[in-house]
Amino acid sequence: MAEAHPVGFQWVMEAKRRGAKVFHVDPRFTRTSALADTYLPIRAGTDIALLGGIVRYILENELDFREYVLAYTNAATIVSDEFVDTEDLDGLFSGYDPKTFTYGQRSWQYAGHEENSGDRNTHKERETAAGLRHESHGMPVGGQVQRDETLQHPRCVYQLLKRHFSRYTPEMVERTCGIPQAKFLQLARAWTENSGRERTGVLIYSVGWTQHSVGVQYIRTGAIIQLLLGNLGRPGGGVLALRGHASIQGSTDIPTLFNLLPGYLPMPHYTDHTTFTDWVDSIRHPGQKGFWDDARAFGASLLKAYWGDAATPENDFCYGYLPRMTGDHGTYQTVLNMIDGKVKGYFLLGQNPAVGSAHGKAQRLGMANLDWLVVRDLFMIESATFWKNSPEVETGEIVPEECRTEVFFLPAASHVEKEGTFTQTQRLLQWREKALDPPADARSELWFFFHLGRIIREKLAASDQPRDRAVHDLTWDYPTHGDLVEPSAEAVLREINGYEVATGRPLSAFTEAKDDGSTAIGCWIYTGVYADGVNQAARRKPGRDQDWVAAEWGWAWPANRRILYNRASADPDGRPWSERKKYVWWDADRGEWTGYDVPDFEKKKPPTYQPPEGATGVEGLAGDDAFIMQGDGKGWLYVPTGLQDGPMPTHYEPAESPIRNPLYGQQANPTRKVYDNPVNSVNPSPPQAHSDVYPYVFTVSRLTEHHTAGGMSRMVPRLAELQPAMFVEVSPELAGELGLAHLGWAHLVSGRAAIEARVLVTDRLTPLRLDGRVIHQVWLPYHFGREGIVTGDSVNDLFGITLDPNVLIQESKVGTCDIRPGRRPTGPALLELVGDYRRRAGLAGGRPPIVTTEASEREVG
Amino acid sequence: MGLKTFIAGWPVYRQLTGTDPLGRGAAAQSARSAALTARTETADSMARSVCPYCAVGCGQRVFVKDGQVTQIEGDPDSPISRGRLCPKGSASKNLVTSPLRQTTVRYRRPYATEWEDLDLDTAMDMIADRVIAARDATWEDTDEQGRTLNRTLGIASLGGATLDNEENYIIKKLFTALGALQIENQARI
Ligand code: SF4
Repeated sequence: MAEAHPVGFQWVMEAKRRGAKVFHVDPRFTRTSALADTYLPIRAGTDIALLGGIVRYILENELDFREYVLAYTNAATIVSDEFVDTEDLDGLFSGYDPKTFTYGQRSWQYAGHEENSGDRNTHKERETAAGLRHESHGMPVGGQVQRDETLQHPRCVYQLLKRHFSRYTPEMVERTCGIPQAKFLQLARAWTENSGRERTGVLIYSVGWTQHSVGVQYIRTGAIIQLLLGNLGRPGGGVLALRGHASIQGSTDIPTLFNLLPGYLPMPHYTDHTTFTDWVDSIRHPGQKGFWDDARAFGASLLKAYWGDAATPENDFCYGYLPRMTGDHGTYQTVLNMIDGKVKGYFLLGQNPAVGSAHGKAQRLGMANLDWLVVRDLFMIESATFWKNSPEVETGEIVPEECRTEVFFLPAASHVEKEGTFTQTQRLLQWREKALDPPADARSELWFFFHLGRIIREKLAASDQPRDRAVHDLTWDYPTHGDLVEPSAEAVLREINGYEVATGRPLSAFTEAKDDGSTAIGCWIYTGVYADGVNQAARRKPGRDQDWVAAEWGWAWPANRRILYNRASADPDGRPWSERKKYVWWDADRGEWTGYDVPDFEKKKPPTYQPPEGATGVEGLAGDDAFIMQGDGKGWLYVPTGLQDGPMPTHYEPAESPIRNPLYGQQANPTRKVYDNPVNSVNPSPPQAHSDVYPYVFTVSRLTEHHTAGGMSRMVPRLAELQPAMFVEVSPELAGELGLAHLGWAHLVSGRAAIEARVLVTDRLTPLRLDGRVIHQVWLPYHFGREGIVTGDSVNDLFGITLDPNVLIQESKVGTCDIRPGRRPTGPALLELVGDYRRRAGLAGGRPPIVTTEASEREVG
Repeated sequence: MGLKTFIAGWPVYRQLTGTDPLGRGAAAQSARSAALTARTETADSMARSVCPYCAVGCGQRVFVKDGQVTQIEGDPDSPISRGRLCPKGSASKNLVTSPLRQTTVRYRRPYATEWEDLDLDTAMDMIADRVIAARDATWEDTDEQGRTLNRTLGIASLGGATLDNEENYIIKKLFTALGALQIENQARI
């Protein structure tokens, strides 16, 4: 965090000054480690083993915050007797189908709900990254469940969890992660001691957790710990994702993502969402509790914002205009389709996949096989110049005179040359004022897309093709201003907020959304950002003039709420857990919830409220159902439906690993997404032969002085000067073993590529001792490429493509390679080197086995 | 110059006897630095902005004089950053004024070995034509069983996490109306 989010880290230091203990877990000792109380080196890709060890420590010693756990989590809920755990199936759960590498989730359900999701097509869900939809809510589950408040029932979630994690002992943590037991116990004690009415603990992660073939389950394990310790919905608690771009949260909420529409509404699927009602019912899940019950109003209001007068209740608000997904249309599938010649045109909008995405060669070969490419950026990035300056030009795999891709480079406006909002990592929207006009041809994306849309609409105006109706009917009348004819960002923000169609009055809250066409809302979770016609994101009351919540700086979704699920900051009776941890509470005299933040609960619903028999939706939420977007109102220790790879997290080795999974016969995530394409490959791992061809583990991350793929830092003189070269950090032990000299050169070889880097010999990297064997890890920054002031090879070229099955994010935090002293060969000799390794590793054909336990023979279906 | 004036002019003496024991303010000032004026004071205008790099969202103040950005610094009012910026945020002025910035349209013809210039309006028109053509060539009304698809898989887009919400909104809106599904950004990475 001190490296990649330095100014945010000041708050960790504030907490430390007040007595907080800071633990840092990382494969490499960083600037964060230097400031932490305790640093734990870890083998990359083993975080579930570590966190599972903590879960076991809590449960074996009964250190959970029992009042919280009973009231606010599903610990007491009874699970179906059809469920079989990984304990009994050597790393697989019940329901595994070894033909499709997916699970049927029927047996994972709560008791009595087996029919609820038994027919879920998990293959389809994996293809469409359905897990992402749940960023703001849980998966469908019936509202009424069987519970055992004593937590003794052998099939209650608490007992299942206890059994599932029983093998994650301190010894196992040491054998798997390489973390000495004493250090592990230090962490376990500190974490559990900071739990209860008076104390909380916070968990902070970043892409070191998401970029794995089992990434979602890393975060799930963290959430389990935080729920068991009562650290969610409370001040000083939480599972905090530190995101890496100025508005990456915003571009997830208002998604430029294939499987989502604004506000986490799903992009329709061609068989699941045939009609408008199918679509909204798949979101609201009739019968469950919670606020998703209003999905029909959110869906209708979005379509109304898109298609205005043309969208009526009679035509299902033009629902038929929406394109339909048939499977995986994610960025990696799309790039493979480019290589196969199926994609004609590609826009790159401030993103540099030639450096920033896994398997750089696949990215560049894909771009070299397009009809046209539009690159919009501040600088001439590698993704714009792949046809003249790339590793493939050097090896002859791309020949400029034979590369047909037509490339348009359009300069972009910088953040000071346009106005608009970013949503930062706490879901907080901040409006930026424009300082000056962009230079020469540089323009904002708002300008580019508004005018591109205008020109296309003019060109298609005379068309009577049915498919062009969605273009004709689109509301596209944003006011413009100035010499550049810049569209009004504020008008777009107002549409995102939503308005009453008849009067144009901006809405104040998403509870005003209607399903009859009388409201239009661009992104329902953002409703309120333009309440009362005022740009709430532009509020800048100085922090020093406000309380510590600072509710009048910017605007956070939803409803300017700063901590989600903050009903849990009060006890079941609505009283603060303690004076020290007071945040939101029930004011019995006034009959309403109140506190420092906007309560995340119906304002007037008392803590004692019990829903009438059979009540669903918001009415079905009891007065202590703090997790109001979950179908049963509870925080989920166990996930009965919706995750592709199991209801409880399980340690699997990364797709590329030098060792056999110490916990189960199943080596890697049995549901991970793999691509059978000749350009892609996975280095062999045990139990496969030849894993010794790529014996070392490499991991990558950021430097403080650079940003992502370098497009905004290698081109900036000050930053380039601060970190001028690509390098690899190597422990003194490994350097000795391989004969690497400090400041000399080394090259790294994987099944995809070979890259070179300057050697930095440092004890920031620790050789890990596992079961008497030493595992060496090396670290590299991933910012470098061939353009800009400082250049170097791109480490993402080393990675193949293997994805998490829930959200289709690639495993690019860990891979295997060989390391050799000296510079890499160039030209055709480089291809020969990589090819020679591939032959030795047996990578010529086929892919590694997905299932590596015999248990799947016994448990099919 | 008398001895007393000489000693009083010595920074260490001022640091030890004056109000600035750490020597970071008045004690360190020379006649020259006392006469300097901050760029922030002489700016024509100041815009309140947000750092464009990571998602901490540090507040920035952007100072402009004579149509040029002359200074970008941390906004002390921000309860998130309290005036601080890291090396990247501090380099923002260098980012927006970098000599490497591309400010004109560049065009590479198929099979060409070099870039050429292109007028912005022409580029916009050419891109619009290509979008329409790619969409026509790859349009799918239904699958072979007659189920609605209503889309094109011939056009893709990547990027959005460095852009504004308003921009992402109209990007998604336009592409969705055009039937383009393969719209992705850094959040998938
Ligand atoms: S100044 Fe640094 S920490 Fe703050 S938003 Fe910018 S990059 Fe992030």
